Amino acid sequence: MSMNTTTNKNYTNFFQVKTKHKGLLAWLLTTDHKRIGIMYLVSILSFFLVGLTFAFMMRLEMLTPGPTIVDAQTYNSFFTLHGMIMVFLFIIPGIPAVFGNFFLPLQIGADDVAFPRINLLSYYLYLAGAFLALYSLIFQTHIDTGWTFYVPYSLRTGTDVTLPLIAAFILGFSSIVTGLNFITTMHRMRIKGMTMFQMPLFSWSLYSTAWIQVLATPIIGITIVLVLLERSFGFGIFDPTLGGDPVLYQHLFWIYSHPAVYIMAIPAFGVISDVVATFSRKSIFGYKVMAYSTMSIAFIGYLVWAHHMFTSGMSDTARTVFSFLTFFVAIPTGVKVFNWVATLWRGTIVMSSPMLMALSAIFLFSIGGLTGLHLGSISTDVHLHDTYFVIAHFHYVIIGGILSMFIAAMHFWFPKMFGKMHNEKVAKVGVVMYFIGANVLYFPMFIMGYMGMPRRYFDYLPEFQIYHVVSTVGSWILITAILLMFTNLLIAIFKGKPAGSNPWGAKTLEWTMPSPPPLLNFIDTPVPSKDPYDYSDHDERIFRDLKNKENIINQENS
Amino acid sequence: MSTTSVDAHEHSNNHAGHGYGDNNQLYVHFHRDDYGSKFGMWLFLFTEVLLFGGLFILYYGYRIAYPHDYHNAAMELNIVMGAVNTLVLLTSSLTMVLSIVALRRKSIKTSLFYLIVTFGFGATFCVNKYFEWSAKIHHGIFPGSMELRETRPAGEVVFFGLYYLMTGLHTFHVIVGMVIMVFCFIFIRTGTINSDKYIVLENAGLYWHLVDLIWIFLFPLFYLLH
Repeated sequence: MSMNTTTNKNYTNFFQVKTKHKGLLAWLLTTDHKRIGIMYLVSILSFFLVGLTFAFMMRLEMLTPGPTIVDAQTYNSFFTLHGMIMVFLFIIPGIPAVFGNFFLPLQIGADDVAFPRINLLSYYLYLAGAFLALYSLIFQTHIDTGWTFYVPYSLRTGTDVTLPLIAAFILGFSSIVTGLNFITTMHRMRIKGMTMFQMPLFSWSLYSTAWIQVLATPIIGITIVLVLLERSFGFGIFDPTLGGDPVLYQHLFWIYSHPAVYIMAIPAFGVISDVVATFSRKSIFGYKVMAYSTMSIAFIGYLVWAHHMFTSGMSDTARTVFSFLTFFVAIPTGVKVFNWVATLWRGTIVMSSPMLMALSAIFLFSIGGLTGLHLGSISTDVHLHDTYFVIAHFHYVIIGGILSMFIAAMHFWFPKMFGKMHNEKVAKVGVVMYFIGANVLYFPMFIMGYMGMPRRYFDYLPEFQIYHVVSTVGSWILITAILLMFTNLLIAIFKGKPAGSNPWGAKTLEWTMPSPPPLLNFIDTPVPSKDPYDYSDHDERIFRDLKNKENIINQENS
Repeated sequence: MSTTSVDAHEHSNNHAGHGYGDNNQLYVHFHRDDYGSKFGMWLFLFTEVLLFGGLFILYYGYRIAYPHDYHNAAMELNIVMGAVNTLVLLTSSLTMVLSIVALRRKSIKTSLFYLIVTFGFGATFCVNKYFEWSAKIHHGIFPGSMELRETRPAGEVVFFGLYYLMTGLHTFHVIVGMVIMVFCFIFIRTGTINSDKYIVLENAGLYWHLVDLIWIFLFPLFYLLH
């Protein structure tokens, strides 16, 4: 049992270990997947805070009709910056780059990823793309195309589209390389005795995400190159005055960008699975079905892109087929939701902060997912297209389902990454505030969207004001909750109590080593069990008792 | 796979193989997985196929929209030049394989010779392409030219736009492949790539075959389909 391997003082963890290089270089030139994961965490959270600032200012601007704090053109660049930063710099790399890098090798019993140097390369590609994007966003004329870069506007606008596009291209490369690395890692580095169907579901989610990253990202790459060339030379591929067709741009854009939604969502599903199983003290309900549904979401998600274009001009046949496929992708997603709930059934539920966040995520994600069906059926989409209803749907999925699971993952794996325990009470207050804030912020958007409030508009009619005011107040609650939880974790890095190897009583392999993990991860070769969530020998009373003991030991040692 | 390649799957799980010294300095961490390297290379080739895939979709979409303009524009391309280039690239794939086989049989000189020949074929392809493009540009057919914009119908503008894009991107890949060959040449000379450890050369070969394969699709689509 994992309890036996705790507080092994005869090891050096990956923070302390001495390497070829010293000081900052020991981090900048590292090929250790854990250090790269931490570097990703720091960078991604920094960019997240920038994006959050823009979100805050957008909501503030919408408090009253007409100009409130900025003018219309500035508002245009606000929503572009918010979209670009949050999509390309935060939510797409998000969970795979941070927690995937850190925990994938740990979960499958490997000592690193398959290509450690390429892993570092992907980090630097990410950083280069991020700085290029931020440089352009801050020092050039502020881009106003929205994060979708739709032609022909992106060909004609006088603002600087070139650098952000190059940045997106480089970020795509980073994403591809990470995906390629993860697939190879899972096929080649799994510990002996662990089959594909014995991997934890978080690893499974990374596997299918990695396939989407590899198969979808090149399409956005070539599309970006085309827009760049079109802008500089006038190739005539997308420019309607030269014979090109802007709708084909939209097709190519969404062939990547819809699967990209699943790049964001599937890892979050993986975190929910791991968290729900752990804190129900039970094996996940329908393990194989969960793995298959992960893969089929990735596969079907590849075939639904044109539902973003129901009003852009397509044949009725195409619209019907894409509408049908969109409904079809809801089936494996529904399977997941039911299986999570079924896992809770007769479990020993432990209400820790990650579990609370996962339950909130299941609820909010269900709202986001079900309202997606309104948008997936053609007749209602014609009414709802490009309104705040879409914004509400998307943010219920992203904020309710994905950002929340990113934060839950931060809490769940924090003790393993830093070896310290955060303040659970503060974290739980944060989760409840987060849940309230998300609903207050986004639910009014459903209503005003249904009433006809268009997205991306700087101004609005007076009858929408009450909804905008409620929504803006919600944004304050949500941001406070996020900052509260981040501060809580930050304090715990310095002042937290030692966590021990397995504070949550989890069963996957990453909890069998001391925290923080040693450089090569496993001190003793781990023995994988047939079921990654095998709680058959678990006694909650003994676990809690032992946990107290363990904490006492840790305190004495430190 | 040959018997000499190391199956590092076994190795990576052997945790007794590495450890820490007295001063917490890490022992040399040896990790080699030729099969994994090739696996990663194949995944990378997938992404290349999809990169071109986006362009093939556009080619096909506009072909349906402008069948007659495509026909007229394709008549203007030089089939002989295209055919010579096809022959050159196909042969270069053969010499690439011969280079790998020679290395595996430990005849380094033969391997280097075939690598140079492959490089030569790649260069020939580029020179050929240069003359082909120059002729077109000389006639005023290039993206954004007055000739195309003002005298040609929309379909021909798009056709030549795609022609320059796809053959251009392909030629870029040929050049990248040649650069990789230069590195392989140096590594074989220094012994980094040798008869026991030739996975880098093999992956370079895979990349070269992909470049070849893409051309096999480009040639009929632009030159032959009238």
